[in-house]
Amino acid sequence: MMTTTASSDSTRLSVIQRLRQIRLGRWCVILIPMLWLAAFFFIPFLVVFKISLAEAMIAVPPYSPLIEWDPSNAYATLKVTFGNYLFLFESRFYLDAYLSSLRIAAVSTFFTLLIGFPIAYLIARSGPTQRTILLALVILPFWTSFLLRVYAWMALLKKNGLVNEALMAIGLIDQPLQILQTDFAVYLGIVYTYLPFMILPLYTTLEKMDMSLIEAAQDLGAKPWRAFCLVTLPLAKPGIIAGCLLVFIPAVGEFVIPALLGGSDTLMIGRVLWDEFFLNRDWPLASAVAIIMLIVLVGPIMFMRNGNKEAM
Amino acid sequence: MKGNSWALKLSAGFGFIFLYAPIIALIVYSFNESKLVTVWGGWSIKWYVELFQNEQIMNAAWVSLKIAFISASLAAVLGTLAGFVLSRMGKFTGKTIMAGWVTAPLVMPEVITGLSLLLLFVAMESMFGWPAGRGTTTIVIAHTTFCLAYVAVVVQSRLASMDETLEEAAMDLGAKPVSLFFLVTLPLIAPAILSGWLLSFTLSLDDLVIASFVSGPGNSTLPMVIFSKVRLGVTPEINALATLMILAVSIAVIAAIVIMRRQNRFQGP
Repeated sequence: MMTTTASSDSTRLSVIQRLRQIRLGRWCVILIPMLWLAAFFFIPFLVVFKISLAEAMIAVPPYSPLIEWDPSNAYATLKVTFGNYLFLFESRFYLDAYLSSLRIAAVSTFFTLLIGFPIAYLIARSGPTQRTILLALVILPFWTSFLLRVYAWMALLKKNGLVNEALMAIGLIDQPLQILQTDFAVYLGIVYTYLPFMILPLYTTLEKMDMSLIEAAQDLGAKPWRAFCLVTLPLAKPGIIAGCLLVFIPAVGEFVIPALLGGSDTLMIGRVLWDEFFLNRDWPLASAVAIIMLIVLVGPIMFMRNGNKEAM
Repeated sequence: MKGNSWALKLSAGFGFIFLYAPIIALIVYSFNESKLVTVWGGWSIKWYVELFQNEQIMNAAWVSLKIAFISASLAAVLGTLAGFVLSRMGKFTGKTIMAGWVTAPLVMPEVITGLSLLLLFVAMESMFGWPAGRGTTTIVIAHTTFCLAYVAVVVQSRLASMDETLEEAAMDLGAKPVSLFFLVTLPLIAPAILSGWLLSFTLSLDDLVIASFVSGPGNSTLPMVIFSKVRLGVTPEINALATLMILAVSIAVIAAIVIMRRQNRFQGP
């Protein structure tokens, strides 16, 4: 809120001058971050869209120009192809990749919620000192390198890794299991690395919750489980939604986890895009993959923006 | 209220073990003498010695630290401006759009951000001749853009939780907008900016995907080197490196918590 109070001795003119200065300065302050974000966040999507309509070719850069300029008769032709999109829709492979990414992200999000909720709930109900310590324990992994936390699981899950050794030591299995390079390892990796993103918004909502409501429900004869379902869950809804979206949206496009923990048959769209770009060097097709992914995710992203006003 | 039920404690306890077991295993194995990472061969610091003698890793670490420092500083300035604009400037044309641009990078899959920025840089180069090629500059721009969003969110939530009476009082006493910002608002949100800077620094230091898209030849960042080594299997030197990074982060987090506690309020990430 920008209100100015003119001191009693200032003339009318100087007030107007000051307001004009403020208005100018105000727009400068607004425009600096706005222009940066427009240039490096928004316009890039337009460029991706443009290139998704081009054809791949062996050139620098490796795609056909959108407008072809013929200098001999000053004639410009617009060359647009929807071939990349048609290719994506016709090929079973890409459709499967999208569906399997959505499935992997959804299942992982559910398990992240399942593991994250008790932690967030316990922290919200702890005393002040214990709360700070427990919160720090959640925040620490959040700040620790994502890549290294994924890597940590490689050592645990491999054939002669700790998990297999432990399972064999207690006699559950007598042959090492193939855990690394399976879909299971990918689920595990996503749940593990994204867990803090679930716990923190959940905690923020649960912390504000009035615990006496649960007591009231229990005093009125509700069993703890019923009180949880009828009171706690509805009140925690904004946090649950925020947490789930913070996990689900980036997980759909995840690359590092399927690349390091997944098998060669683990199909995720982020990895497909990476390979299309770095291995096949098909920039237009990679762009089309990105645009479709963006369209799929735009709904959840908008939903998150509206939701996080209350949750965060 | 009665004490927390054993079921809650048990499931939360399981959650914490899940969070920490891999990290602890990584730290313990970094002191393993044996080259076979998972076979215990006695305590040793030899992988730390090898780590510091590995020129490729050391060069990449230096490149990454430089990029992280510049990006975090730029993001702190731009993000503070963005957070301030969104929470203290009232309504203006384009505010909704800007709010969307600030939150979307937080969840945008990295492959999309990376690809779109690379294509932008390529298009810019062919149109204006800048940035010439890809390298440190393009990585800094890319990192600044996504870190900016984190700083903006932290600053915005700090400003939202702060009442405006101090700022209003200063204005009533005749402070001009610029001095009001630098003398009143900025000191109040300094802890939020600092934690935003630290978060940006670690995020930049950690980014593999975006940097892979927008970096040029000979500009490998630390995560790119780690990824190329780790892809082929577990490497003891990387365990040593991971331990050092976890140690650094722990110190930073504890410092941040102390600062936050001094503010007597705990802000989310």
